[in-house]
Amino acid sequence: MSDTYLGMPSFPQAAKASTKDTRLRANLTHATRTIRDKRARAVAELDDWAQLREAGKRIKDQTLRHLDDYLVQLEQQVTAAGGTVHWAADAAEANRIVADLVKATGETEVVKVKSMATQEIELNEALAAEGITAYETDLAELIVQLGDDRPSHILVPAIHRNRGEVRDIFTEKMGEWGRPAPEGLGDSPAELAEAARLHLREKFLRAKVGISGANFMVAETGTLVVVESEGNGRMCLTLPETLISVVGIEKVVPTWRDLEVFLQLLPRSSTAERMNPYTSLWTGTSDGDGPRDFHLVLLDNGRTDTLADEVGRQALRCIRCSACLNVCPVYERAGGHAYGSVYPGPIGAILTPQLRGTASAIDASLPFASTLCGACYEVCPVAIDIPEVLVHLREQVAEQGGPGHRAEHAVVRAGTWLLDHPAALGAVVRLAAKTRKLHPKRLPIAVARAWTDSRDLPRLPQAPFRDWWKKNRP
Amino acid sequence: MRVALFPTCVNDAIHPRTGQAVVALLERLGVEVDFPAAQTCCGQPQYNTGYRRATEPLVHRMADAFAGYDHVVTPSGSCTAMVRDNYPRIGARARAEGRGDGLAKAAESLVPRVLELTEFLVDVLKVTDVGAYYPHRVTYHPSCHGLRMLGLGDRPRRLLEAVEGLELVELPGAEECCGFGGTFAVKNPDVSAAMGADKVSNALSTGAEVLCGADNSCLLHIGGTLRRADAPMRTVHLAEILACTRADPTGADWGAPRARGTA
Ligand code: SF4
Repeated sequence: MSDTYLGMPSFPQAAKASTKDTRLRANLTHATRTIRDKRARAVAELDDWAQLREAGKRIKDQTLRHLDDYLVQLEQQVTAAGGTVHWAADAAEANRIVADLVKATGETEVVKVKSMATQEIELNEALAAEGITAYETDLAELIVQLGDDRPSHILVPAIHRNRGEVRDIFTEKMGEWGRPAPEGLGDSPAELAEAARLHLREKFLRAKVGISGANFMVAETGTLVVVESEGNGRMCLTLPETLISVVGIEKVVPTWRDLEVFLQLLPRSSTAERMNPYTSLWTGTSDGDGPRDFHLVLLDNGRTDTLADEVGRQALRCIRCSACLNVCPVYERAGGHAYGSVYPGPIGAILTPQLRGTASAIDASLPFASTLCGACYEVCPVAIDIPEVLVHLREQVAEQGGPGHRAEHAVVRAGTWLLDHPAALGAVVRLAAKTRKLHPKRLPIAVARAWTDSRDLPRLPQAPFRDWWKKNRP
Repeated sequence: MRVALFPTCVNDAIHPRTGQAVVALLERLGVEVDFPAAQTCCGQPQYNTGYRRATEPLVHRMADAFAGYDHVVTPSGSCTAMVRDNYPRIGARARAEGRGDGLAKAAESLVPRVLELTEFLVDVLKVTDVGAYYPHRVTYHPSCHGLRMLGLGDRPRRLLEAVEGLELVELPGAEECCGFGGTFAVKNPDVSAAMGADKVSNALSTGAEVLCGADNSCLLHIGGTLRRADAPMRTVHLAEILACTRADPTGADWGAPRARGTA
C-alpha cells in the first residue's frame, strides 16, 4: 500500500478522538447494528450455513496451497479469451501499468467500479498525477470522493456519514465534478439516490475506459466476477471500450462450481441479502458485446509474503464481506479511519500489518486493536480465526522491539520468573494485601493511569486465597 | 474422583472469595477439592500480549501442578480457553521450532481435564440445581471466552435459573464484549472505557442490583467502571451466588475451617 496512510498516529491515539466524536459513534452504532441484526436473520435462514462456511474455507485454503498453478491457468484462459494479463509486484508497478494502459487509449477520464484493490494501491491519486480523472460510481464511494474523505468501511465506505451530511456534500461538491445536485435537494434516500443517478449517468455514457476490481476470478475459464447492489458496476463493465481490472492474486477460485459456495456466503454476510442484486461475469472479449479491450492486472503487493506465514496466511481467505467490521465493538467505537488503511476493523487489523509490515507506528499497533472477544471469528463466512492471527502478529511486533516493547518484555520476563516461583509470588501478593490501606485510588505511572482514568482499582483482600487455604484446609 | 481447584492468579491475589465459594460449593455437592500450591498462572496475559515464549514455563508448571487429578476446575472461562485453545498451539509451535515434544505433551495431558466451573457442574456432576439461595435481582454478563471459545451455552443460565429467590433479568447487548481484553484495557484505554461505559449503561437499564459473571477479569473492569460512576449495582461472580444458601445467605461461613472430605 502507498504512503498516504503512513505517518498515521498509532491506533490508540487515533481512536482517542473518535471515541469522543458522538456523531460518528451514533452513525456507526446505528448502521452496524442494523446490518448486524439483518445478517443474523439472513444466515439463520440457511440450515447448511456451517457446511457452506467450511466449504468456503476449504476451497480457499486449497486454492492458496496451489496458488501458482491456478494463476498460470487463469492467465492462459484470459489470454485465450482475448484478454491481456499483467503482473504487478507492488502498488507502484500496478499504478504504472494502469496509467500506461489508460494513456494508450488517449483518454483522460475513467469510470470506476468500487474496488478495494485499487484503493489499496491508491490508484485514483496515481492517475490524477498523470492527468487522468477517475470517477467513482458506487454511491458510497461517490460520497467519499466528493467529500474529499477516506473510506471507513469495506462495504459502506461512507458509513460514518448520515443523510444530512451526504446532502450537504452533494449540494456543495457535485457541481465541481460534473452535473450539479438538483436545486433544494432534500435528505430522503430517494432524493439522494436520484441526485447521484443523474450525476453518474452523464459519466457512464461518456466513458471510454472502465476500471474495476473483482470479487472472484475463475481459473478454469478466465472469468471475472463482480457482485454489487446498485447496477453502476454493470454499467462500467459493459459500456466502455476498454476495461481494466485490478485484482489481488488471492481472489482466484479453481472452478465455476466453487462460485456456488461463495455466491451464497458473500451476500448474506455482507448486505444480509439472499442474492446480490447484480452479479456480473465477464470472460475476455467478444465482438459487439461489451469492452473490445480487456486487461487484467494481477496484484501481489505483499500477498506472497503473507502466504509464506503459516498462521497469518488465512487472512488471504477473506472475501471482503465486512461482517467482521459490523460486529466488532472496537471498530464501532474507534471508527474506520483509526485503522489507517483501506482495510479497517478486524480484518484490517490482521491484513494491513501483513501486507505493509509492522515498521510504522500505526501498523505495529493494529494487532493490539482488539479485545480478542472472538465476535469476528464467529461471523466470518470463511472462518478466519482472526484472534489467532492477532496474537501471532503481536508476537512479531513484540519481538521486533521498538518503543514500549523492550521495556514490556523486561516486565514480562520478571513476571514469568515470579510466576514460576510460587513462594516468591505468594510473598509479593501477601505484601500487596498487607499494604492495601496505603494504595492510592488513582495511580501515577502511565500504564496504571490508563486503567484508573476511567475505572476504580479493585480493593485488595486481606489475604490471598492460598493463605486462606493453608489455614483452613490443612 | 480427584478434583483440583485452579482459582487463577487473579482470584488468588484479588478475589479469594471466589475461590472460597467454589470450595464451599463443591464440598457441599460432595466433591473433595484440592488446591495444589505449586500452581500460579496459566500464562494468558503474556500469551495474548505476544510473549508466547514467556508462557512456556507456565505450561509446564500447570501440567506438573495438576498432574494426577481427574479434573481441574476453574471459575474462569478465559483461563480455561487459554489452556484448551492455546496450549496445543504453544506445543505445536515449539515442536515446529525443533524444540521437542515436551510442551505438546504437557498440553495434551491438561486439555481434556481442565473444565470451567459451569461445565464441571452441568457436564460432570450433572446438576443444575445446586441448592443455592440468593434473593436478589440479577443480570448475567456472559464473558466472551466462555460464550464463544468454550461455547458454555445456557449452562450458566440454567444454574442461575435454579437458584431459589433469584430473579434473573435480561441484559441488553449481553453478548457484546465489555472492553476488558486483558492488556487491551491499558493499551487502548479510550476504546476500552467506551465499551465499559456502554456495558454499564446497559446493565443499569435492567434495574438489577447485581451483575453476575463467570470471569472476574471482566467483572474487575465492569465493577471498576460501576464504582467510578457510583452506580447502585455490584458485580458478583457466579460461583459466589451458587455458594450462597438459606443457611448462609451471605457466604459468611465459606471461610470457616472444615475437615477435608466432609461434605
Ligand atoms: S475477515 Fe471474514 S468476516 Fe471479515 S471481511 Fe473478510 S471474509 Fe468477511
